[in-house]
Parts: sequence; structure tokens; C-alpha cells
Amino acid sequence: MTQLEIKREAVRRPFGRRRKSCPFSGPNAQTIDYKDTKLLARYTSERGKIVPSRISAVSAKKQRELAVAIKRSRFLALMPYVTS
Amino acid sequence: MRLYESVFIARQDISSAQVETMADEFAGIITEAGGKIHKREYWGLRSLAYRIKKNRKGHYIMFNLETDAATLKEYERIMGLNEDVLRFLNIRIEEVDESPSIIMQNKGDRGDRGDRGDRGDRGDRGDRGSRPPRAEAPKAEAPAEDKAEAPAEDSKTEE
Repeated sequence: MTQLEIKREAVRRPFGRRRKSCPFSGPNAQTIDYKDTKLLARYTSERGKIVPSRISAVSAKKQRELAVAIKRSRFLALMPYVTS
Repeated sequence: MRLYESVFIARQDISSAQVETMADEFAGIITEAGGKIHKREYWGLRSLAYRIKKNRKGHYIMFNLETDAATLKEYERIMGLNEDVLRFLNIRIEEVDESPSIIMQNKGDRGDRGDRGDRGDRGDRGDRGSRPPRAEAPKAEAPAEDKAEAPAEDSKTEE
């Protein structure tokens, strides 16, 4: 058991990328608003797709909120559905 | 009675005064039924991210209102019938944010840019100063150099 743990740590260290915390959780977090296109644009790709949370490190709960906000923003033509 | 946020987009061809009267009309539906308009914002003529019914721009109006479900339904029905309304979105909110929305704040920033634009107007004086002068400036330098060279030659001849 102990050996296994040691081995795991050894494997982890070389790739030791610390997990970024969610930008919408915790104190002094930004609120998600569909009108704030500048903020939402940070969580969409260049083509206008929503960036997956495994890349943006947004928590699952906030990712759901974010997705709704982006979709509302698109519906009101504040953000594009597609950019070609 | 519940709180809602309502945004609608009006066609670009109508004037902002007409948009205001339209907004008054819609607000009237709510207030006549005993509702309240807590906040009203005109975001101006904004360009749309994509074309809606062949329009590239639209007037945006936002309300924060308090009403019951039946009135909201009537309000949506009337909006749907109005051909000047390109699109509307009504969502429930938990509370009214008294401060102006982000879009209005950004508009303020644009106002600052407008000030810069005024500087640009001073650049009307700089119309000379805008592009032609830049073209002129090197020319002005060029003759200056010529002159500088010419006297130098003169001095040589004098020697």
C-alpha cells in the first residue's frame, strides 16, 4: 500500500500542474450575467463554442450557470452562435 | 407577483423616439394590471451578433419588472404580435439590481471614448492634422533638407 502511494506521488510530480480553482466560486467571485459579454467571451472558443470546464476549470455547478448565460446572450444577439 | 427581467430588440429602421413610445406602451400593460416597473434601460442602437429578419442592428430596451404570470403572458403575446419587435427575452430574477447593468456601464466607457473622439475633433483642426499633414510633414522635412544642402553647397562655392 505504502509503496503504491509513493509510486503515485512520483508519477504525479513530474506533471505537477496544480489544479486551478474555479473563478466563480469562493469569496470575491464574479457573478455570471448573460449581459456581460466580455466575461462570457472568455469562456467561449474563437469559433464561439462554449469551452469545456475541464479546460477552463470552472466548477460543474457554475459551468451549468455559465452555459445558460451564454445561450441567453446568443439568443439576444449579444454573442454569436458561430463565427466563421 | 414576481420579479422578471425583460429585454426586447426593436427594428433598426424605427427612430429612438418611436422605441421610447413602444417601451411606454409595453410598460403600460404591466402597470395597468397592477405591476411595477423597477428599472428601465435603453441600451441604444447596438449591432447584432448575427442577422435577425435581415436586420444587422437593433434598439435594445431592458425592464426590471414586478408582475404576475398572467400579465406577463399577455405582455409576451402583445410583443409577439408587434412586428417592430425582433426578439424578446423574459426571465425570472430573484432581486432587482439597482445599479445600472453592465451594458450601461460599458456605454459610459464608450462615452469616455467619445471624449477621445472630441480630441479627434480637435483633430479637425488636425484635419490638416489627421492624414494629409502626415504626408505633408515628410515633404516639409524634405525641402528643409534640400535647403540645408543648398546653403551647404553655397558655402562650398563661397569657399
